Amino acid sequence: MHRIEVNLNSGQTDARGNSLIRDIRDLGIDTISNVRVVDVYWLDAELEREELELICCQLLADPATQEYSYECPYRDERDSGVYCVEVTYNAGVTDPVEETVLKAVADLGIAGLRAAKTGRRYLIEGQLDDAGLEVITNRLLANPIIQHVVRDRVVAFPAKPKYDFKLKRIDLLAADGERLSGIARQFGFTNSELGAITAYFRSQGRDPTDVELETLAQTWSEHCVHKTFKARITFGETVIDNLLASTIVRATSKLNKPWCLSVFEDNAGVIDFDGQWAVCFKVETHNHPSAVEPYGGAATGVGGVVRDVLGTGLSAKPILNTDIFCFAPPDFDYDNLPAGVLHPRSIFKGVRAGVADYGNRLGIPTLNGAIRFDERYLANPLVFCGTIGIMPKECAARGQQETDDLVVLVGGRTGRDGIHGVTFASEKLTERSSELSYSAVQIGNPIVEKKMIDTLVQARGRSLFSRITDCGGGGLSSAVGEMAAETGVRVYLDKVPLKYSGLSYDEIWISESQERMVLAVHRQCVDELLDLFASENVEATVIGEFTDSRRLELFYEGSLVGDLDMVFLHRGRPQLELEAAWQPPVHTEPCFEVPGDLGQTLLSILGSWNVCSKEWVVRQYDHEVQGSSVLKPLVGRDNDGPSDAAIIAPLLDSRMGLIVANGINPNYGDIDPYWMAASAIDEAVRQIVAVGGSLERVALLDNFCWGDTSRPGSLGALVRACQACHDMSIAYGTPFISGKDSLNNEVELGGKLHSIPHTLLVSSIAVMPDARRAVSMDFKRNGDLIYLVGQTYRELGGSEYFRTKGLVGGDVPVVRPRQAKELMDKLSQATERGIVSACHDLSEGGLGVALAEMSFAGRLGAVIRIKDVPLGEPVGRDDLVLFSESNSRFLVAVAPENRDEFEETMGNTSFAVIGKVSASDRLQIYGWDDTKVVDESIRDLREAWQRPIRW
Amino acid sequence: MGKAKVLILRTQGTNCDVETAFAFEQAGGVASLVHIGELIRDRRRLNEFQIMAIPGGFTYGDDLGAGRVLANEVRLKLGDGIQSFVESGRLILGICNGFQVLVKAGILPEPVSARQQIGVTSNDSGRFECRWVHLRVNEACPCLFTKGIERLYLPVAHGEGKVVAAPEMLAKLRIALYYVDELGNRAGYPHNPNGSVENIAGICDDSGRIFALMPHPERHISGNQHPQWTRQGATERGDGFRIFANAVEWAQGL
Repeated sequence: MHRIEVNLNSGQTDARGNSLIRDIRDLGIDTISNVRVVDVYWLDAELEREELELICCQLLADPATQEYSYECPYRDERDSGVYCVEVTYNAGVTDPVEETVLKAVADLGIAGLRAAKTGRRYLIEGQLDDAGLEVITNRLLANPIIQHVVRDRVVAFPAKPKYDFKLKRIDLLAADGERLSGIARQFGFTNSELGAITAYFRSQGRDPTDVELETLAQTWSEHCVHKTFKARITFGETVIDNLLASTIVRATSKLNKPWCLSVFEDNAGVIDFDGQWAVCFKVETHNHPSAVEPYGGAATGVGGVVRDVLGTGLSAKPILNTDIFCFAPPDFDYDNLPAGVLHPRSIFKGVRAGVADYGNRLGIPTLNGAIRFDERYLANPLVFCGTIGIMPKECAARGQQETDDLVVLVGGRTGRDGIHGVTFASEKLTERSSELSYSAVQIGNPIVEKKMIDTLVQARGRSLFSRITDCGGGGLSSAVGEMAAETGVRVYLDKVPLKYSGLSYDEIWISESQERMVLAVHRQCVDELLDLFASENVEATVIGEFTDSRRLELFYEGSLVGDLDMVFLHRGRPQLELEAAWQPPVHTEPCFEVPGDLGQTLLSILGSWNVCSKEWVVRQYDHEVQGSSVLKPLVGRDNDGPSDAAIIAPLLDSRMGLIVANGINPNYGDIDPYWMAASAIDEAVRQIVAVGGSLERVALLDNFCWGDTSRPGSLGALVRACQACHDMSIAYGTPFISGKDSLNNEVELGGKLHSIPHTLLVSSIAVMPDARRAVSMDFKRNGDLIYLVGQTYRELGGSEYFRTKGLVGGDVPVVRPRQAKELMDKLSQATERGIVSACHDLSEGGLGVALAEMSFAGRLGAVIRIKDVPLGEPVGRDDLVLFSESNSRFLVAVAPENRDEFEETMGNTSFAVIGKVSASDRLQIYGWDDTKVVDESIRDLREAWQRPIRW
Repeated sequence: MGKAKVLILRTQGTNCDVETAFAFEQAGGVASLVHIGELIRDRRRLNEFQIMAIPGGFTYGDDLGAGRVLANEVRLKLGDGIQSFVESGRLILGICNGFQVLVKAGILPEPVSARQQIGVTSNDSGRFECRWVHLRVNEACPCLFTKGIERLYLPVAHGEGKVVAAPEMLAKLRIALYYVDELGNRAGYPHNPNGSVENIAGICDDSGRIFALMPHPERHISGNQHPQWTRQGATERGDGFRIFANAVEWAQGL
């Protein structure tokens, strides 16, 4: 074994060390003067000196910036006043760099390298005691879920474990009550589910094998089958048989849009793009893995949703990512952090890095997103990852295999990663989740996924496969089991290529190792397919064949280890029966004086976590790759204003555009989940209108993240939200095409349950016939008229303004969809005519925040009169008008010469000129009595907005 | 005179191949995406092309340093082929990851040395950054890709783009592009997004036929890709187009 250290030359900036110093300062330790980061490699081989020299100077160390040593063993340097922490991956965790090292060493012509490991050595200088060092190590340097600190001279490469096949049966039929509940607990079955399973195996006259029960557990899990949404729910006097079908899906079928090509049946929803191409869209959550290992959890969230798109129809090419996060505030007090919970700042940084590293490496532009903050996300952050894909229209429908087609597994190898990830995702988190769930955390390797994408697009072009699906939650068991539901399949588990030896047959079947897809391939195509994958260095293996037996048959080394009836597997699950109730919470309207200085109030709302600039995150995403972005996430005079939505022109030689946006505001749900859902939909569609789109061809996705829905109140809130989705979908003519739910976002800490606020994310996608009609939100020209379109009501319940005062309020923003739709349609006509110079939707922080953003993005001031604001009801106070969050409102800048045409286009909707863009560098707002209530420089407004997350 | 044939080299982790091919085709070339495995099996294929482009991406995950593994592969497995490609007067363009590969393979700044002479390392900010930058072309540089161009506005998107070079090397370097501010003056972060010495954004060899730059010209081919087109109106062509047009025009004469 050889150990190699690679150091930066003296004189080179240690960028990793410097950012660690900043992170350490964030922990409250400001006595560190220097941190150096050294890369460490362990090579399992017996190499000659010349070979080591070659590996070091031509591969591991950069001759211009680094130096190396292959002769120094691990050592502590405390004697010289330097604290040393050396970190490497735990045994069993796949080191993503190992494969590259093995390939690159072979490229140098050096043979005999059996394995490689990488690590980092942190050299910390400054005043520090052992406790401080431990804090730095545990919070910043090593996550025990995947890493450990090396303190030995020898890092062992463990011997390859052996697996001896032995079929395991579960003693179900003879089990007594206690044993039965033990089995139910072990596999996560409800009593009625286990009853159905017992009856099934009694009819088969035998006990089940472990892998059969695992298959049932995966297939019947909340994550895979959405049993809550399909349950029979008693809600007061009414009985809802399948909530999803009776609300969201029902609205889509009522709307019956011909451009909806595939809805609610595939891995993503598919709509027509331009008659030749179709686009699909899916948003997934990856919450629990991100809570315990933010980087890996979030990265595999991106990887997973990208595979959903690859596995839609006959495979789509990913063209855009959108990522939405919910965290606790980054300034949460460390002293109040419960045991076993990562600090929100670490979660934020880890999630951001995971999403960026994975998405950037896949070459998919991340163009849209949002970040929400609330203390109730402390131990249960939410990570939503979304991807849009494009494919020829004839590939939009799900494929169908023929009897005798082969089952081909492509992409990464199978290891123990993510075993029981599905059951983990569907269960409550506890203090011990971090310890128990290590095998549920997956490590991603984006380059394996990237080369698989490149190869699949070619294989699709040559029609080499008849059907495709992704290996996601539940692994092969869900992917193959679902694909063969209408046919039957034989799978030879010993054929599955493994990352390392020692896996049992049931581990192979349920492993959630990343970067794998399953194809159905005609026998006459298989040689060409395997050759193509080999030429791109992507593994592809025949692991079974489809049959017409309607049975799932699993073999290992010639023995039948599982044999289930497909009808029972997919239709044998007894429907859940649940109780729902809705009791509106009591929130009263607060009573307080109008603040003396509304400028200060505006500055503090701009600097709140929810409103402030997320540029630090956006810049670390590659939002330009693929060359498709037409309207970018950051817009304006100096590219730093917040765009309402992103627009891409995905076909480089066409002007057809796609708009993507999202709506989310859990604060409103604290008052009424119905209006939270309605507001989220309004936000998601009005952002599309704001950038120049129309409601003509808009499709929506839902993502519900809820507390424990076995509680009637929580389920009642879900029912309310679904009803709003139905009603608004119909009113706006915007169908839902796909969705996802994560229904157990509760954490048990110190014996007490903590639930997240019920959270609905609505994502929207719109087809835009000409992307050159796009409008950005920045003020463009001195003298432009500023219109407020839409009516303002006294609706500040759940608003950012009340929140900065620690208040909730009772008057939640509602949606008046008839007026809203008319107004949005007219505004779309105006942008289509090219007479709108800037447009911004009003959301958190209302009129005040939108005005400030338009001003500083355009580096132009504005003069505004509050008394000209069109009101829907008497509001009476400057602060309430300025910060009301009424829905369906826009600020629109129009050149004076277009005034008549604009007003004529808007017809008799509610709108009014409320002021003018000015060449001064100040935002000046006059109140009801014509006194100046806000007079701030746009530089100060921008600074307040940018300061909080300038890390 | 036939159309210029362009080889877009790809391997696992390449991710700007499609838009780079599109840029060359817009400029009148015929682009082919070729996997490095194909070239290693049959090096003569290189002779079919007048231009080779190494596009952006994260080849081999950028494990062991950005572009390092592909650089070794190019140097060790295609070395002679590249040498004769260059000697026969053909063109090589490296963008972003392609810049890192050409430098680390020793093809730039001097194609004959086959030894790495300068470095590309982590941005001073310690972060991957995607932002638009102003660039000034060095008129004194023989680079034929930038002929007739004075200024460019292009996006960068990289975590390792800081050029470092020893003073004696720096004196010899053919600097084709500088990061500048809006007025054209060399300036610090964020105008120079990575802390490159002398604000170096692009370099070429003595002949001007091998050119590499960190910013992405293929992401600014049409006016609607400019981040401020909604303010200023969109031109038909974006700034990056000229680089491809120059290359194709030159190569058509080969």
